Amino acid sequence: MNERLSSQRFLALPFGIWATLFIVLPLFFVLWNGLKDVENGGFTLVHLQTVLQWEYLKALGLSVELALISTFICLVLAYPLCLILRERKESRGLLVFVLFLLPLWMNSLLTTMAWQTILEKHGLINMFLQSVGLPEVHIINTPLAIIIGMVYNFLPYMVLPLYVAINRIDSSIIEAARDLGANPYQTFRRVLLPLSMPGIVSGSTMVFIPALTTFVISALLGGNKVLLVGNIIEQEFTAAYDWQLGSALSMVLMVFIILNILLEAFTDNGEQAKKGVRP
Amino acid sequence: MEKELLRLERVNKSYDGRQILEDLDLTIHENEFVTLLGPSGCGKTTILRLIGGFETPDSGKIWFDGQDITHLQPEKRQVNTVFQKYSLFSHMDVAENIAFGLKLKGKSASYIRDKIKYALKLVNLDGYEHARVTQMSGGQQQRIAIARAIVNEPKVLLLDEPLSALDLKLRQNMQRELVKIKRELGITFVFVTHDQEEALSMSDTVVVMNQGWIQQIGTPENVYNEPENAFVADFIGDSNIIDGIMVRDKLVHLLGKDIPCINTGFGENVPVDVQIRPEDIQICAPEDGQFTGRIKQVVFKGTVYDITIEAGGFEWLVQTITGHEQGKEVGIKLAASNIQIMAKPESEDEEAVSDE
Repeated sequence: MNERLSSQRFLALPFGIWATLFIVLPLFFVLWNGLKDVENGGFTLVHLQTVLQWEYLKALGLSVELALISTFICLVLAYPLCLILRERKESRGLLVFVLFLLPLWMNSLLTTMAWQTILEKHGLINMFLQSVGLPEVHIINTPLAIIIGMVYNFLPYMVLPLYVAINRIDSSIIEAARDLGANPYQTFRRVLLPLSMPGIVSGSTMVFIPALTTFVISALLGGNKVLLVGNIIEQEFTAAYDWQLGSALSMVLMVFIILNILLEAFTDNGEQAKKGVRP
Repeated sequence: MEKELLRLERVNKSYDGRQILEDLDLTIHENEFVTLLGPSGCGKTTILRLIGGFETPDSGKIWFDGQDITHLQPEKRQVNTVFQKYSLFSHMDVAENIAFGLKLKGKSASYIRDKIKYALKLVNLDGYEHARVTQMSGGQQQRIAIARAIVNEPKVLLLDEPLSALDLKLRQNMQRELVKIKRELGITFVFVTHDQEEALSMSDTVVVMNQGWIQQIGTPENVYNEPENAFVADFIGDSNIIDGIMVRDKLVHLLGKDIPCINTGFGENVPVDVQIRPEDIQICAPEDGQFTGRIKQVVFKGTVYDITIEAGGFEWLVQTITGHEQGKEVGIKLAASNIQIMAKPESEDEEAVSDE
């Protein structure tokens, strides 16, 4: 037993080193920078106080809002798809599945730039609208453009966990609900939805966190008109060289991420407790 | 016989071009315990799914209590199903599972509470209201599935191989309990199984199926003692099935000898299948037997010995309570009443092929 344990530890060593160097140390670096008192030495909360300024709070609020909207849209798009994929597991279902996952294997910078050319003032959409004699629409550099970019890039992160959760529900469970008198809507509401909740929660987490922290999508599709918290952090580090403020903003963002992960762990634990392991 | 409750009329069903059921007719009565028995892929589960409303026949009709329910949604049918894999709702406790159908029907809380109590008592699980279904054993889960179905007071309970996942002892207990529950409720049970022993010990009526065809419908004694064809004889219990020629009424030509039997009405010099149950064969001294041969193998099975005897160019399976010595010369004696004569199948389609 001991021998196995130590060999397991040994096998975990490469990852341990990796995680320490590139995950744990940078985190401490952010913490240290965010709390460092540059003038007097020691630690201070002054940078965190700066974050409370209106423009930063506004960016943070908008980031949360857009991330929530994108997550919701991804969920609404992915859920029916997963239900359909669950029904037909043959090759055609697989093709649809791969189509939805495709953005995952494409460079997100490139796909976002592609969206730029589609949405911009003289882009594909407006060219089309013009050719059929309709008025132009203004999408680029608005929150809508950012949401489109987020949904496109992050949809696979919703589809994957949701598909796993929905696919695990045995079709006889659904038949049992129908058999006991539930119509299709009641079956969805009382059986399918609660049983797929773990997939909904983990899919939402996997979309919400990258959507909350993105700065590439908002930079390319929001121009400099729509500032998200990710863009401000990036600017603090690369343009303003205010590492203290950038770190403080990162810390605030991390609170949201941790809250989200805790929520997911909580639902997961709830599931575990329900399923239970017999004593 | 009680009143007719359920009738399948010239039902056809195929999947992916494979015909599962062909022109099937089946009538099920009130308060009847019907078992659909057959090897896997014979169409028995398809029949159950058609009755439950999970499949629609390609052609033909399904009648329930005088009404055409062929295209009725499952939630609107007065039948409930006990699924093979229990299919309990893992996000609900026992009481919530049982209350599922009643809540949908808008029953009052006190009615639901009483029903849950009654159903749990019926399946011998009083006091388990708030247990997690996922923490229960397979047998307990199966009982909850039964309780969940019967509280809705269906006229027919469909059971899809409900005991196949349980171990032998538990299965035998559940068999007895199902019969008891059936008696208490006084409703129709349609039970699907591939286990012939289960079918014989529980049912009023056994429907033996193979390859989408009903081979025989009858009481358990009926299908065991008087199988209509070689498939039924072979599938239910152990059998010696030998090609024979019916010489005339009450005389069959078997392995080169004319043997008296009691069957009539097959005509003269007609090829037939002859079935003799292994427990009906008597082993005697070589000079007393109708056939003589040598004991090839003796296998002790617990209550009986399976003895293989080579005689008259056929390997006979004989079951006896006492053991015999391997290699011994013996005689075989057949009582006329123990010989079952069956007509040969008329067409290729009906050709009875056993999976085993």
